Amino acid sequence: MATDYNFPDSAARAAAAAPEAPAEFQTEKMSLAMGPSHPSTHGVLRLQLELDGETVTSADPVLGYLHRGDEKIAENMTYNQFVPYTDRLDYLAPLANNMAYAIAVERLAKLEVPARCQAIRVLTAEMARISAHLMGLGAFGLDVGAWTVLLYSLEEREKLYKLFEELTGARFTTSYTRIGGVTRDVPEGWLGRVGAFCDQFLPILEEILKLLTRNKIFMDRTVGVGVISRADALAYGLTGPNLRGSGVALDLRKDKPYSGYEQYEFDVPVGTTGDCYDRYLVRGEEMRQSVRIIRQVLARFPDGPWYAPDARRIFAPPKDKILTSMEELIQNFMLVTEGPQIPPGEVYFEAENPKGVLGFFIVSRGGGVPYRLKIRSPSFCNLSILPKACQGILISDVVALLGSMDFVMGECDR
Amino acid sequence: MSADLVSTLQARFPRLAPRPSGDHPAVNAPLEDVVPLLRCLRDEHGFDLLTDLTAIDWSPGASPRYTVVYHLLSTSRAGAYVRVAAPCAGTEEAPVAPSVTSLWAGADWHERECFDLMGVRFEGHPDLRRILMWDGYPYHPLRKDFPLAGIETELPAEDVAAETGTRVVAAPMAGGPFVASPGEINLTEAEPRAKDESWSDRAPQPGHTPLRLVKE
Repeated sequence: MATDYNFPDSAARAAAAAPEAPAEFQTEKMSLAMGPSHPSTHGVLRLQLELDGETVTSADPVLGYLHRGDEKIAENMTYNQFVPYTDRLDYLAPLANNMAYAIAVERLAKLEVPARCQAIRVLTAEMARISAHLMGLGAFGLDVGAWTVLLYSLEEREKLYKLFEELTGARFTTSYTRIGGVTRDVPEGWLGRVGAFCDQFLPILEEILKLLTRNKIFMDRTVGVGVISRADALAYGLTGPNLRGSGVALDLRKDKPYSGYEQYEFDVPVGTTGDCYDRYLVRGEEMRQSVRIIRQVLARFPDGPWYAPDARRIFAPPKDKILTSMEELIQNFMLVTEGPQIPPGEVYFEAENPKGVLGFFIVSRGGGVPYRLKIRSPSFCNLSILPKACQGILISDVVALLGSMDFVMGECDR
Repeated sequence: MSADLVSTLQARFPRLAPRPSGDHPAVNAPLEDVVPLLRCLRDEHGFDLLTDLTAIDWSPGASPRYTVVYHLLSTSRAGAYVRVAAPCAGTEEAPVAPSVTSLWAGADWHERECFDLMGVRFEGHPDLRRILMWDGYPYHPLRKDFPLAGIETELPAEDVAAETGTRVVAAPMAGGPFVASPGEINLTEAEPRAKDESWSDRAPQPGHTPLRLVKE
């Protein structure tokens, strides 16, 4: 028996179908501050909503609660010192941010990193993507009432964090890359453990997705809700899964490959309608593709150095050399006191991060400190569509919309 | 391709100059050409995504002092970028640039951010107000003459301050925990536990008499 489902839900349809209410029943609009401390605003976003009953008539996002002035800070420290600050942009995927920043500066310095370093970076960035999407999916499920997903996804994320800790020494704020390399090579047996993680993760991922994909409640909350058209997505500069959910197949790993992404085979999932459900499907599929990339990296993991050995004025020499050899000691001293010597110029580099395209625009006048460093944060651009996307939807759908946008305020406010 | 694009654009907009660039095609444009140039890039060259909009402060006294920089990305032509830079008009205190919100709705927030942090007024912007700092904040922190440590400012809650008569001062920079200006106070003293003497035997709490052993 075919059932005809109409969206949005019955309350909205009834409201739309109601004839003009008599004067004594007419109501006033209500102003509601949603956030900055609200579970569905994922951090410290505040939406200043104007409501007509349960329908949002206007939404004004208020940002800046987490503004730390990262760009100002960057202008006042050496290139190397800024690496830990990139952790704190999208703090759910610090490894991917580290990589984007390192590549931007390397482009400016015209520095090539060896194949092993590239492979390590791709591997860690894809692991970061899985961990970020797991958190995103779990929180999205939680927002629309599916508790269980978070329990499963956090358990998987924890396994990834164990691997991160083994590699970088930190679970969360990894600061793993250096300009011209990474801090250390992969530990013994670590690659095998990453492979083992992939093997056990795929069936669990299917299980997690099964909890949502054909779930009637989840579909009712997301299908046809928060639709962002292709034209709107482009006009507002959306990127990442949010743009792909609206049907634009922009993935910089494919379109403008960096760090050797051109060697790996993977598919770019795109949505058709641009609703919350499409964005969910895109993220789910991206995790499968990330596992595919990780397996390819593991299958042909290159040998050789994991830092650019010829970058004497940029990359710090190995610690044992610093302690035993005069030349390296001086080199390290110069790097610490003056910073890596970067030639004058401008560079704009964007990397495909879990939340979207993270860009760094760096202006150098030579020396060890950037003259201007602009961070193009994907969450900031993605959220800029909210005043439009929230218009005329139900307040409960705002929660679903926010969940499906998967933003991080640390990155949005910088 | 990069030289191609720049020369095609130069044929159309004769006042364009190529901008030295190591990565993407880049042009310097006069301010009046920015909107038609970006429209041309969007409609005729497929650069459909305004990915970044920012400004550079070339430090006080420089001419031009501010340059606005646009980065466009093409979703149809596999990862092609273009950079457009234009010197701002106006004074050092109030630089001016045209708004491109008519071309990309997403320029709205970028321009608000640029106004907030750099003080560039975008003419034609529908609602140019601060976005990261609060309304009423008096400075533009990304300018080169703004100190890294910040400037002590009254906090935004004007109505609260007016009602209660309290002066609300921004949370700690000078004198706050872990913050010390040279010659004023040393870090050991600024450390919170050093300020809070309640736990230490150096300064007993008022009203509290230390235990004494009294010999009978």
